[in-house]
Amino acid sequence: MSISAKIALTTVLLGTVLILTAIIGISAGSSGTHFWETLSILAGSSEPGSITSTIVWQIRLPRVLLAASVGGSLALGGLVFQALLRNPLAEPYILGISGGSAIGAILAMLIGLSYFPGVALFSFAGSLLVLAFVITLAGTTLGNTMLSRDSLLLGGVMMNAFCAAVIMFLISMTRSFQVQHILYWLMGDLSSLQKYQLPILLVIIPCFGIIFILARPMNLLLLGRETAASMGINVRITVLLLLVITSLMVSVIVSLSGLVGFVGLVIPHIFRLLLGPDHRLLVPACILGGGSYLIFCDLLARVLPSAGEMPVGIITALIGAPLFILLLMRRKT
Amino acid sequence: MKHILDIVSISLSYRNKLILEDISFGVGKGEFFVIIGPNGAGKTSLLKILAGLEKSHQGGVAVRGKDIRNFTRRGLSQILAIVPQQVEVGFPFSVAETVIMGRTPHLGILGLEGKKDFHIAQEAMEFTDVAHLADRKLHQLSGGELQRAIIARAICQQPEIILLDEPTTALDPAHQLKIMDLMEKFRREHGTTIIMVSHDLNLASMYGDRLLLLKEGRVVKTGDPKSVLNKELLEESYGCRIQVDESPVGQVARVTPIPDKYLHLHD
Repeated sequence: MSISAKIALTTVLLGTVLILTAIIGISAGSSGTHFWETLSILAGSSEPGSITSTIVWQIRLPRVLLAASVGGSLALGGLVFQALLRNPLAEPYILGISGGSAIGAILAMLIGLSYFPGVALFSFAGSLLVLAFVITLAGTTLGNTMLSRDSLLLGGVMMNAFCAAVIMFLISMTRSFQVQHILYWLMGDLSSLQKYQLPILLVIIPCFGIIFILARPMNLLLLGRETAASMGINVRITVLLLLVITSLMVSVIVSLSGLVGFVGLVIPHIFRLLLGPDHRLLVPACILGGGSYLIFCDLLARVLPSAGEMPVGIITALIGAPLFILLLMRRKT
Repeated sequence: MKHILDIVSISLSYRNKLILEDISFGVGKGEFFVIIGPNGAGKTSLLKILAGLEKSHQGGVAVRGKDIRNFTRRGLSQILAIVPQQVEVGFPFSVAETVIMGRTPHLGILGLEGKKDFHIAQEAMEFTDVAHLADRKLHQLSGGELQRAIIARAICQQPEIILLDEPTTALDPAHQLKIMDLMEKFRREHGTTIIMVSHDLNLASMYGDRLLLLKEGRVVKTGDPKSVLNKELLEESYGCRIQVDESPVGQVARVTPIPDKYLHLHD
């Protein structure tokens, strides 16, 4: 089978999974599950004024779209960083995004700003500041190769560790009723999204496109930068473009959802086990599969607790880790 | 002979240490050119400059008459392929997937290979005798098989120059000859220029049209194997006792380093 056919097949299969998961995610919720009714509402054949219709259009559909975007972007971000840093433990936050955005978000909450645009803007700004620092550091001082893997990785880990200390300090100074807000944000929380914020998510679509175009160069980067260069890849531009695009995409996502953990680490690994190392398959697979996975986890986070909901970040790890271990064991035998 | 590669007075220093000093030579089209010299002589650095991977040198390298710095990475890779000394096998790409990566400098922006590319990859795999291993993962290959897969990738690039960095290290004699014979056959069939860095003076003697002996970043001598593989030059460069005589096979120079325990038998 040619590579184009494989890409098409993967996309169609996982696209179907994404659509099905989305429909289930939209039909279920704390106010009851109405699968067929939801279908007819989505198809536009139901009268628009009903309560269920309002819930579907105003609450659940935006929520599911957010979950899909967050899951897809984080899985893709993890995939890119694992390839760029050639490190299986890399995740989308590794270059300092988590630390920087968390400090920004917590500061905004402590000042008393609203979730949107206050907290989101502060978190985005914090993330970009730390990223700019890490990338400049890796590009100039540490090591002698421009943007070497080790200096990026070490710079990011150190910045995250430093930020974690600042976060602990801020939390220790915080009055109790604010602590829960902060913790929810740190664990990843999709519940604060408003419908009018959705257009912001459109910025991730060109990011998906650019990263897909760079999928083949990413394959070659896995073989080492000199080998990639010897086969015609402009390594400096490719690495820089991937770093910047991915970081921007993840920062936007984090500013809206908080730090949803584990999706970005485990989804790329699961698809690598299933599909092999070719990024031309892995990029669409991670976008669609990561999206489906987070819609599913978010559904559980909404439905499982008898009252209220829990942060989706708890579910992602609770399901993802055992699933990954299972796949790993099956591959060994 | 028309030169495909002209090296004019290049020098390279790294942190104030001189790695290469005032090196000049030319390589003719279709020539089998071997760079020899002791460890740390600067052979790999020289090869990296020729490959366009190291650009901080002084002096000029011209590929087909055009300065190597004026090539795009893609343009240079259409002319020049490298078989590196070490190959990353950590990611489970198959032999076929690896070989077709050589098509990269010839593909469009989406990087999708067409029928023609698969055909070229298939021919390259057949030429280096790895077609039967097409679906095998790189880390499952033996040393000789891996080296042949990487050579197939270089061939797949359809280059005019192939650079080889110690391609026979860690291979048994049969596999060493197989690799060298492949390169020689490919060169004869396609007129490809081959530039190889090697520690194996006897392989250099048997396969090289011309040799360049490098010591401490300077050219000791360039010329045909018999003139470069000279006892005095080699002893001076490598710092050990060496005997050079004529091999009964092919009347080429044969180099034998002499261990301490046989020194009393020597001259």
